[in-house]
This record gives sequence, structure tokens and C-alpha cells, in this order.
Amino acid sequence: MTPLAISACTLTTALGAGRAATLEALQAQRSGLAPVTFMDLPLPTWVGEVAGVDATALPSSLAEFDCRNNRLAWLGLQQDGFLDAVAMARARWGAGRVAVFLGTSTSGLLQTELAYRRRNAQGALPADFLYGPTQNTYSVAAFVAEALQLHGPSWVVSTACSSSAKVFGTAARMIDAGLIDAAVVGGVDSLCLTTLYGFNSLELLSDEICRPWGASRKGLSIGEAAAFTLVERESGTPQGWLLGVGESNDGYHMSSPHPEGLGAIAAMRAALADANLQPADIDYINLHGTATPSNDAAEDNAVSSVFGTATPGSSTKGATGHTLGAAGGVEAVIALLAIQHGLMPAGLNVEGRDPALKLNYLQHNQHASVRRVLSNSFGFGGSNASLVFGGVA
Amino acid sequence: MSELRVWVQGIGLLGPGLGSWPASLGVLRGMQPHVSAPTALPLPARLPPAERRRAGAAVKLAMAIADEAVAQAQVDPGTLATVFASSSGECANCHALCDALDAPAPVVSPTKFTNSVHNASSGAWHIAVASRASSTSLCAFDGSFGAGLIEAAIGVRSSGQPMLLVASDSPYPEPLNAARPLPDHFGAAFLFTAAPTERSLASLTISLGGSLHADSLPDASLDALRRAIPAAAALPLLVALAQGASQAIAIDYLSGLNLQVNVAPVLQPEAA
Repeated sequence: MTPLAISACTLTTALGAGRAATLEALQAQRSGLAPVTFMDLPLPTWVGEVAGVDATALPSSLAEFDCRNNRLAWLGLQQDGFLDAVAMARARWGAGRVAVFLGTSTSGLLQTELAYRRRNAQGALPADFLYGPTQNTYSVAAFVAEALQLHGPSWVVSTACSSSAKVFGTAARMIDAGLIDAAVVGGVDSLCLTTLYGFNSLELLSDEICRPWGASRKGLSIGEAAAFTLVERESGTPQGWLLGVGESNDGYHMSSPHPEGLGAIAAMRAALADANLQPADIDYINLHGTATPSNDAAEDNAVSSVFGTATPGSSTKGATGHTLGAAGGVEAVIALLAIQHGLMPAGLNVEGRDPALKLNYLQHNQHASVRRVLSNSFGFGGSNASLVFGGVA
Repeated sequence: MSELRVWVQGIGLLGPGLGSWPASLGVLRGMQPHVSAPTALPLPARLPPAERRRAGAAVKLAMAIADEAVAQAQVDPGTLATVFASSSGECANCHALCDALDAPAPVVSPTKFTNSVHNASSGAWHIAVASRASSTSLCAFDGSFGAGLIEAAIGVRSSGQPMLLVASDSPYPEPLNAARPLPDHFGAAFLFTAAPTERSLASLTISLGGSLHADSLPDASLDALRRAIPAAAALPLLVALAQGASQAIAIDYLSGLNLQVNVAPVLQPEAA
């Protein structure tokens, strides 16, 4: 692909709101995970909750969109001058030429869960429950397009954990086809009962802080996040570049990854080919690294098949938690931070490396020139996406 | 204005009173009136027996139309990239989970949770045909068909390979149905290629249009479907393909942004 300029980027996670807070936490090797207090859930699990979501009020003209997911989106949009950057793109290209492509897994589903708890004696939902602007999978893109007054094409990709990685591919293809000139690309996912109880029912949730690549790893810590980038056909001030996109399916099982990682290998090779790069050109790999026994083993196999065992890599989910539909976007912005600041972030909470895993997994921050990063996002239902990011030359 | 061109090689259709693409040709051509009847969802033949029985409505619908399009196109599904577009995903699971979560100590079915992801139909299809080709599952609420059509067309352009578009919607059970009423299940699937082949039915030239809405369909019952079920935004395209004449149509997508599609037939469809 033709390298695609990323003019602006921002992320808000349990590490804090905005790039500076995130970078500070990464430099300090600090996790944002804590035992769950969200809704006083009686689940023995740790989560990455974002502070201040409830206190974030939507503009009154957007009141119909009110739900946790869209409040988190609004909190995220207000960081790092992102709104100004989008306004400039809108002025430059025209509102109809700027698209919105976002990933999410549960959108405003918490709003529905809460509405079910307020059903009347006949079982009907309360009249103040608005399905379209809250629960529907598209609602966060509708909200962002409305809030930013963007009138180009928009949709939400919802492929579980690869959602907000795949949207980068969509934006690149749309710009290349000449249908748009710029796009807001990212993802938002927020804490809700369905994912916490759902992953718990699959016994994929850890009862302690998650430990990607750890010998004693036992599952996920769920996180929530909003991550946004602005990609443009041309940019005067690129923060970085999208160099390659690779996508595939496992075609294997709905909730277990292919043990040999054939789909993951295909996605990584496709991303490298799309970027016209060799494995040795990648300086750091941001692993999907969810800390389930099977994901990390399968990903370790797959990554070492493509890269060998020398390329430094880590999962940042020990810091942010697994932010599901937002993970691709979060980890894209972390990749850009890594490049900009010459920082390969440590994988946290390891406690003791799993000796069966072969990769050069970083347990301490490494400061070095980082020119190109590969970021993996491998999802439920076997949807895989790998992205290659590069710095300003 | 940029245009995308794809060739249609296979079509799948399933909806109220629309049992399949061949069975619907008379209605789509205006030779018979559309008579609504409950959508009959077949058990997915591709799934192993246990999975077949457990498949939810959304999966049954998606697989039925995907199968029909692939069979007509005579392509190998094992290497086919796909786009699944739905305004709602698997609705019965969503209701069951929300209902189960309305309890002091919720007990949630792991199977229902796994199959509640928006890409459950994509996952089921790719597992059934053992395809490791790329797939996306997307949503644009009432504009989901339009979004799917664009994503599939740019996918064909980018890869030069065929793509399967599967657009489908199912109703929610109550109480969600009252908040989002859809009259029935509806789905349409299209197998697109990057270049004409001897099996091409028509070419589509797609561009982002202005704010002109799709024309009302002459059959009032069919037009009611078009307006009531998001995936049925495909009906003007299906009508044009059935009629086999060159025409320019509008497909509703977002308010203020629609798709213009020039349909140019290559072969006459088989007479009903």
C-alpha cells in the first residue's frame, strides 16, 4: 500500500486520558488494572476502568446518544487537540470527504443491560431507552460523525478483538479508491456486564491481574478505552505512517485460536508484504497478548514462525487490560508512541516467564530507536489483523 | 467522482414471501404481486448436525443466502473473502443474555456469549467452509447494506479477488422488539468479481451519491419491506438485476449520503 499519513492520534485508557498520561505510565511501567469495583460486581477479576467516564457529560444537542460507551468516546475525543485536528481536515477536504470508521464489540450494550433491570411488570423496557443511538453497534460512529460534523461514509466494524485494527484497512482502501480524503479511525469499548460475565462463563477471565507471557497466566483482564487517529491522503504534520495491513481468518473455532496460528501467520505475512518489508525490518512487535494460556502459546508460535525469536515484543494488555473492540486502536497509538519516543514498552505482571514461550519478550522498557512496529489483533471467531506502523523519516 | 465497478456472479435472497433468488424473479420483475409470508429459515446444510440444530436465526439466514450466491457463482467458498453486514447481529442471544444478567447472581451461557459477537455469522461461515480468507462484519444501523456494498466493492478493487457480500437482519424478541421493530428476517447476498467472467450476470458501477433517496418500488408490499428492514435496502438492486435492463438506481445508505449504482446486465437471468 501507499503509506498513509496519520495526522493526529489520541487514546484514553485505564492509564489515563491522552497521550502524555499514557506515555508517563508506560515509562513508569505502571499498570492501570485494579480489582473490579465497577457496579460492585461480585466477580473475582481485575479490570482497566477509565476514570471520569460517568462525570463526562455529552453536549446537550447529542443527549440522545447518552450511554457509557459514547461518554467514553467523548472523553477520548477531547484529548490531545484531536477535535481541532479533525476540524482542520474537515475544512481542508470538505465534510463529505472525511469518513468515520470505528471498531467496537459491545457499543452501548450496558444501557440495554440497565434497561432490562428496569423492566415494568409486563416486562417492557422503560420509555427512556433509545436503542438506535445507544445499544446499536453503529451508535459510536453515528455519535462521532454527528459530534464532529462529518458527512462522509461511516460504519462500525465489529469483529471482536480485531475490530479497531481492521478499520485502518478500510480507511486505507477507501482513500486509495478516491472515495474519501481523510478518516477518523479508531475504536471505543466500555465495561459492561455481558463481557465480564461472558468471559467469566468461558473461564477466560483471570482472578488476578493478567500476566501475558507469564508461566502462571490464567486469562484476561478486561479494560475499556477510546482510541482515535486521523488519517489523511496528505498531511503537513504526520505523527507517523500506516505502512501495511494484513487480515485473515482462522476458519477454525469461535473461541479458541488455531493452535499453529495459521491465520495469525497469514495476517502478519500479509501486513509485511503490504508494507513491502521483511520481518527483520520490524523493530518491535506489540503482541495481541491477552494472557489466556492458549492465545499466548498460539501467538508465540505464530510470531516466531514469521520473525524468529530475536525481534523484541511485548503485550501492553498488562497495563491497559484487553480493551476488546478498542484494542486495535489503542495499540496502534501505543505503536506510534513507541516510534516517537524510542520506547519499547515492557510487558507487565509477568512474574516468571513461561519457559515454553520462545519470543524475545520484554519485561523491562527498552530505549532504542524504533522505526517500524508491527501490532497484532486476533479476535473471537478467528478474525485476525496485523498492522505495520512507521515513523516520520 | 470516483467509481467502483464489480461484476455480479451469484445472488442469494431470503425474506418474507421471497424464498430464494429464482423463486422471487416473478415478483421482482413485477409479473406477480409480492405476498408477504413468514421467512422460512432452513437448517444450514454446511454445519455438522449438532451445530446445525444449535444455529441461531441470524446464522441460519446468513448461511442460506451465502450458500445460494456461492452455488450460483460456482466458486470455491474455501478461498473467498467476505463482508457480512447486519444492523443487529444475533438478536435472540442478545435478549437472552440481557435477561440472564437481570439477576443478583447472573448465570450466563458461554455458548450464547460466544455467539453474541456481531461477527458470529462470519465465524460460522468461515469455519464451515474452512476459509482463512479475510472477512469483515460491519454495521451502519439502517445503512448497513450500503456500508457492506461499499466495503465489498473496495475489497474487490483492492485485492482483485472475488468477494462475497452477505447482508442480513433479524428481529429482536420482546421486549427489545418494541424498541427496534423489524417485521421479519431478510437477507441478500452477492458474489462480486473484479472482472467479467462467462458467468457474470451484470456489472455494477457504484459511486457515492447525493441526498436523493431510493425510488419507491412499484409493488407496495415490496416497498414496505424495503423501508422496514435495513438489509432490504438491497431490493432496488435486486429488482434491477431481475429485470435485466440497464438502469441507474439509488440505494439508501446514510441520511444525506446515498449510493448511485449503474446496473448493466451481461446475461439475461433465467426466466422464472
